[in-house]
Amino acid sequence: MTGKLDLDPATVKQARALARKVGRPIVTTAKKHTTVAVERATLRLAGLEGADAEGTPWVNRLMDVVRADTGLEHGVALPVWDALLRGEAGSQGDLTTLAQKASAGSVTFRLPEGRDATRARAASRKQVGRGITIMDKRRAERERLIKRHGNAPRKPWIYLIVATGDIYEDIPQAQQAAREGADVIAVIRSTGQSLLDYVPEGATREGFAGTYATQENFRLMRAALDESSKELGRYIRLTNYASGLCMPEIAALAGMQRLDMMLNDSMYGILFRDINPIRTFVDQRFSRQVHARAGIIINTGEDNYLTTADAVEAAHTVTTSQLLNEFFAKEAGLEDWQLGLGHAFEIDPEVPDSFRLELAHAMLARDLFPNAPLKWMPPTRHMTGDVFRGYLLDGFFNLVGALTGQSILLVGMMTEAVVTPWLSDRDLALQNVRYVMNAAGSLHEDFRPTPDGFIAQRARQVLGESIELLEKIVEHDNGLLDAIADGTFGLMKRPADAGRGLEGVAKKSSIYYNPATELLEEK
Amino acid sequence: MDEATGTSEAGHIIRPYGDTTGDGMVQLSFTLPMTHSKVAEGAAAQLANKMGMDPALVVHAKPMGPDFTFFVVYGRVNHLVDPSKVVVVERDYPLLTPKEANAAIKRSLRRRLTVVGACIGSDAHTVGIDAILNIKGFAGEKGLEYYRELKVVNLGAQVSVPELVERARAEKADAVLVSQVVTQRDAHLLNTREMSAAFRESYPSGRTPLLIVGGPRFDESMAGELGVDRVFSRGTTPGEVASYIVHQLAPTTPPAPDTKAS
Repeated sequence: MTGKLDLDPATVKQARALARKVGRPIVTTAKKHTTVAVERATLRLAGLEGADAEGTPWVNRLMDVVRADTGLEHGVALPVWDALLRGEAGSQGDLTTLAQKASAGSVTFRLPEGRDATRARAASRKQVGRGITIMDKRRAERERLIKRHGNAPRKPWIYLIVATGDIYEDIPQAQQAAREGADVIAVIRSTGQSLLDYVPEGATREGFAGTYATQENFRLMRAALDESSKELGRYIRLTNYASGLCMPEIAALAGMQRLDMMLNDSMYGILFRDINPIRTFVDQRFSRQVHARAGIIINTGEDNYLTTADAVEAAHTVTTSQLLNEFFAKEAGLEDWQLGLGHAFEIDPEVPDSFRLELAHAMLARDLFPNAPLKWMPPTRHMTGDVFRGYLLDGFFNLVGALTGQSILLVGMMTEAVVTPWLSDRDLALQNVRYVMNAAGSLHEDFRPTPDGFIAQRARQVLGESIELLEKIVEHDNGLLDAIADGTFGLMKRPADAGRGLEGVAKKSSIYYNPATELLEEK
Repeated sequence: MDEATGTSEAGHIIRPYGDTTGDGMVQLSFTLPMTHSKVAEGAAAQLANKMGMDPALVVHAKPMGPDFTFFVVYGRVNHLVDPSKVVVVERDYPLLTPKEANAAIKRSLRRRLTVVGACIGSDAHTVGIDAILNIKGFAGEKGLEYYRELKVVNLGAQVSVPELVERARAEKADAVLVSQVVTQRDAHLLNTREMSAAFRESYPSGRTPLLIVGGPRFDESMAGELGVDRVFSRGTTPGEVASYIVHQLAPTTPPAPDTKAS
């Protein structure tokens, strides 16, 4: 280990081994189940898009009929492609026609057997394969555009947010933010989208404190930022959220529309949105397999732990979650460069030595995950409305970022908790980042904490506590699921047999088939 | 006016304080949608003058891209402030932190307080109820799920009134929270009346849980008319709802002796 904290390699190894021990049974469970969202994502990869007159997506309509006829447990591929091969959608046999006819009640699905089943499997694999090919092409296109326009000129990448609710307002704001220096634009989603069991359709102009994630909104924003990339001579990345009840579908849409980063956490939906744990883990695994293939960098949500719990007392829950997120991500095929593990500057500034503590925590993350592009989140909890004090706090946040080599820096706004950022707030925030990076961007070359000093000891303590927490999770009969159920993680008790979206989960039958999973797991 | 103290004793007229009593100095920052130039700085001074700053000193002007300029202005205002004429609408319950709310419930109920929440009618928008109940919360405040002493049962959207009453009874709800976000032709008012009537019918008189409705289209003064205990409107935060519930159901005895006349 070449880190600055001289962490004991055996301890680090032990932490990873424990994370594996905790995570493995979850993966086994995830493999044994499917969800409506995974099946709908499969239909989306096969090219089914659009919605009926009421705005219900065709993937939902088709899924519902198939489920009523043959159940969820065998997957959607066998009955759907069997119906297509039987000519239920006419001679062209396209999915949209099938979905329309199915929702009008004029198609009955069945489970094909023998040669019919073989043919249905082959046909579904071929058509879903086209969606995967689109993602492959988009990934190659990204690499080409980065080569042509150039990459972000330095690390950390500067990450700015737009959140107007109207995609046509978001676009000029995003382009302006890019001109001002953003390397990554995140479009915040409408409040509550994570709890919708469908992905809205089309370009949207009204959202609550954010803009709906839709395929068309993705396309519009990506095209606008491609223009900006050309104008500015550097590739501008686009971020959205693969979380909530439609994680797999949004991941598929993001892959096909060349988004570059996606928020995707292993436990956020369970703990903070009361989404059923099994649903979350199944959806998460599939969505991460899709992200892996699409070359998307995931951003995990550890900052959220610190917005609900004390950032000193709960520091080890961040480390624990990072270790788990790493395990789940790698199991799903993501590589180190795709792991934007999250953490945040949220210690109460009144706590003595708060800056040294922040530095210790951030350095621990850097040393534990030397090859991951860490995502460093600014203070929110202790931003009081005193914008002058907030500006100072953001400066110290930036300094920790510079000292610990963070790769993705979400720019803090002094008007956090006051207004959605004004033009001038963003400008001042970027001046703050530039000043710190110019003045101290290379300070990490000179800075090495005293081997047994405050920072090194604190980091070791947090790692130790996170190992204790992992051990406690392992001791539960049912491991992580029981630990989540009894509130070991955060304050929330989330039993595996409750929560939103549970009705959309089924145990796979012996004849279950999903061409997307098959294709994504090959290589 | 008392030039010597500069403090705001009742009845005294005061001015903003820079570094000398009565100097009237204030600071201001803003952006104008114009290219940075001498003219732009003059425009900034003009705005400050119109706002009552005289003299106005444009101490900082910075271009932000080709079309905008940011200004910081210091200056003197000659407005007078009379604190005795300030009118404020006081909240009729104290705002508690989650810690204080938990402590009050523990002390006064000696058990957890149960809150059942739902969107009723055809409204599928759980934005409001989730903002108040989900731990994620709203406006930087954590939702009611975050409160250790609150047991939250969130039934989600499109819950029928009979279903809501039944769950409230089964859970022995102390408070029921109903959200109505997107409604047509005053459906939110009809739904709320139907809901409050159903609770009055199925509970012995005086034993109904605390009924709270909320949503952007409600008027906060309509509680009596709708048969509920409280109406919350747009922008209500979880902390306000929690504080109200605690105030109603887990009142803490004020520290004796009560020194403040009210």
